[in-house]
Amino acid sequence: MAGQNEDRDHITGTATTGHEWDGIKELNTPLPRWWLNIFYATIIWAFGYWVVYPSWPLISSHLPGVTGYSSRAEVAVELDALKAKRTAAAADLGKVELAAIKADPKLLSLALAQGKAAFGDNCAPCHGLGGAGSKGYPNLNDDDWLWGGTLQDIHTTLQHGIRSTNDDKTRISAMPAFGKDGILKKEEVRLVANYVRTLSGLSTETGFDKAKGEKLFAENCAACHGDKGAGNKELGAPNLTDAIWLYGSSIDEIVETVTNSRAGLMPAWGARLDPITVKSLAIYVHSLGGGK
Amino acid sequence: MSSTDLDDGPLYATAQKVYPQSVTGFYRRLKWIVLVVTLGIYYFLPFVRWDRGSNLPNQAVLVDLTNRRFYFFPIEIWPQEVYYFTGLLVIAAMVLFLMNAIAGRIWCGYLCPQTVWTDLYLAVERLVEGDRRERIKLDERVWDLDKIFRKIAKHFIWLGIAWWTGGAWVLYFADAPTLVRELATFEAPMAAYVWIGILTFTTYALAGWMREQVCTYMCPWPRIQAALTDDEAYNVTYRYDRGEPRMSLKGAKRARDAGVPAGDCVDCNQCVAVCPTGIDIRHGAQLECIQCSLCMDACDTVMTKIGRPTGLIAFDTDNNIKARIAGTPEKPFHPIRARTLVYFALITIVGGAMVFQLATRSTAGINLIHDRTPLFVLHSDGSVHNAFTVRLFNKRPDTRPFALTVDGPPGAQIEVVNVSATSDWRPVVTVDADATREVRVLVTVPKASLKEKSVPITIKASDLFAGEVVIAKDHFFGPG
Repeated sequence: MAGQNEDRDHITGTATTGHEWDGIKELNTPLPRWWLNIFYATIIWAFGYWVVYPSWPLISSHLPGVTGYSSRAEVAVELDALKAKRTAAAADLGKVELAAIKADPKLLSLALAQGKAAFGDNCAPCHGLGGAGSKGYPNLNDDDWLWGGTLQDIHTTLQHGIRSTNDDKTRISAMPAFGKDGILKKEEVRLVANYVRTLSGLSTETGFDKAKGEKLFAENCAACHGDKGAGNKELGAPNLTDAIWLYGSSIDEIVETVTNSRAGLMPAWGARLDPITVKSLAIYVHSLGGGK
Repeated sequence: MSSTDLDDGPLYATAQKVYPQSVTGFYRRLKWIVLVVTLGIYYFLPFVRWDRGSNLPNQAVLVDLTNRRFYFFPIEIWPQEVYYFTGLLVIAAMVLFLMNAIAGRIWCGYLCPQTVWTDLYLAVERLVEGDRRERIKLDERVWDLDKIFRKIAKHFIWLGIAWWTGGAWVLYFADAPTLVRELATFEAPMAAYVWIGILTFTTYALAGWMREQVCTYMCPWPRIQAALTDDEAYNVTYRYDRGEPRMSLKGAKRARDAGVPAGDCVDCNQCVAVCPTGIDIRHGAQLECIQCSLCMDACDTVMTKIGRPTGLIAFDTDNNIKARIAGTPEKPFHPIRARTLVYFALITIVGGAMVFQLATRSTAGINLIHDRTPLFVLHSDGSVHNAFTVRLFNKRPDTRPFALTVDGPPGAQIEVVNVSATSDWRPVVTVDADATREVRVLVTVPKASLKEKSVPITIKASDLFAGEVVIAKDHFFGPG
């Protein structure tokens, strides 16, 4: 810049840009040329990108690039690879007995991981994410099992469902609607309900005649629930002596149960999920805390 | 500024190639020693072995990305302990500041990898193409066979060094002897070759081509350094009180004989010729100066030859020069002052805290997460359990059994799902060497003890062999 307009700052000896604000001059400290060249190189690099990768939007689509890359396709490839890897590992789960899976720490952790994922996808809508259940949907964490809490029982329940309409081996039983169908009169229902509460030590209504209630229970309920009301897992008849009540323990709730009957429904998962997933689910549910 | 003549227009300056001349002297020797030591550490450290038992790698320094461990001699760092690196970074910054407060940019001149590798590359260049004068001539010459041969030889050796630099880098991430064998037989992972390629390129480009441009334009430290320095820090300084007015040796002799003041600088330009960043130290402190002190060596050589005292360029301060000119007493060198004490204190505190933490850290650990859905589970007998996901850490190189116990409401029982081993009725969880294990733990409280909705509990894991105990606190929830 050896032009005639050259203006140099007299302290530093550096050329100025000629710009001046309130007596302050801007020094011209030039960037190195290679810096500029790197900038040009990045622009050229961008052209390369346009060729190789998807870039410019078009009216209905976009330029795909010669590699046809898409992040969605990349995910698909990764998922397939994961699936292949899992299939190999899961194949072992299919070969061995449930008890053997429990005994093998490696298979167990695999089954638990798969079971947890499958539980979230399939079971959580009714039973809750942690299997906590709610009224009418059993809590899978406790020790009270309508149809049995051993690994094999849980597996059978999962495989065939409860009162499932599309599985011949489904677990099935039906409690009569004692009130609705006229088997018991209204006051008899109330008597039975009060008696049922005494089985687990709950309070009764004033004036309740226990002897009458006991007689009605023995005639109508004991066949399934047992003489002492301890239930029968073969029939899915709940234990009436414990602290756990699927449909509530208040007198009104029990009256409602006896009047209209209750019949929960669970799909037969054997028809919907592959055998390895059902196995994993059985292991997972059994490990929630209440497994027998 | 070396690039004030703007051939290319006002906005962008063509880089002026610097041809540093060879030099001998105290600082040059010091730089050679630092170069050999630092490069020696870098290239050979991965081969140093350190016995950690049969379950762990025996490489002294290893970044094991696959297993997420960092090994440094007896220290093993897990991913959740990377905060140690924060401490290291704080110490590194403070050491840099401390060096700067005492004697300027020692880091830049002696220790910075950019300087060390550039020095090595310059040595190769000198060996193949000759010293400054020959190199300038060679570059101006037409491309004859000799020039082609020399240029090819130089770049070949440069690339060889760069390749070795990249090769050493990847050895820090895998078992070095194994990886060397795999690399040689083309069986190493692709990532190893890619990283060698990247490091080869950066080393070759930065040390061979970019050199002082890195320090001047790319590195933030010169700017930060300029803001951090003070009047008392010693810097490589041209003592203009002694050097000016410059004149020839004969002129100076005549002047002195005539009783006229004469400077010691004979304007031989040796300080400029040896400068690796191509500046003239006689212009005073400059951003480009990395304080390698080679101009001091060059000047001392000349001063010795002409029989004048050495130290015309020396570690000094501008204030001292001004004091000498004014005839006032110089300030003695003060390495111990407020800022150096603060830096030193910070280094000591952070370093001490790290050493203490490392020395006293537990080799076991326990984390627990309380189940949220359900928060508690009612049993048929009226008792209640709470479920926890418990992760036990075993940071030792041997398998360890941990017995779990619970302190909480009377009668509280602890049980581990899918684990049947016990010791004195306590469930025992065995954790593999240098690993973690996640288990599901149930704490059950009998109906009689359920008084409140939430009671604090403590879960304790005791190493059955070493007796080390780790605890985790949480709450037990019930229906209230």
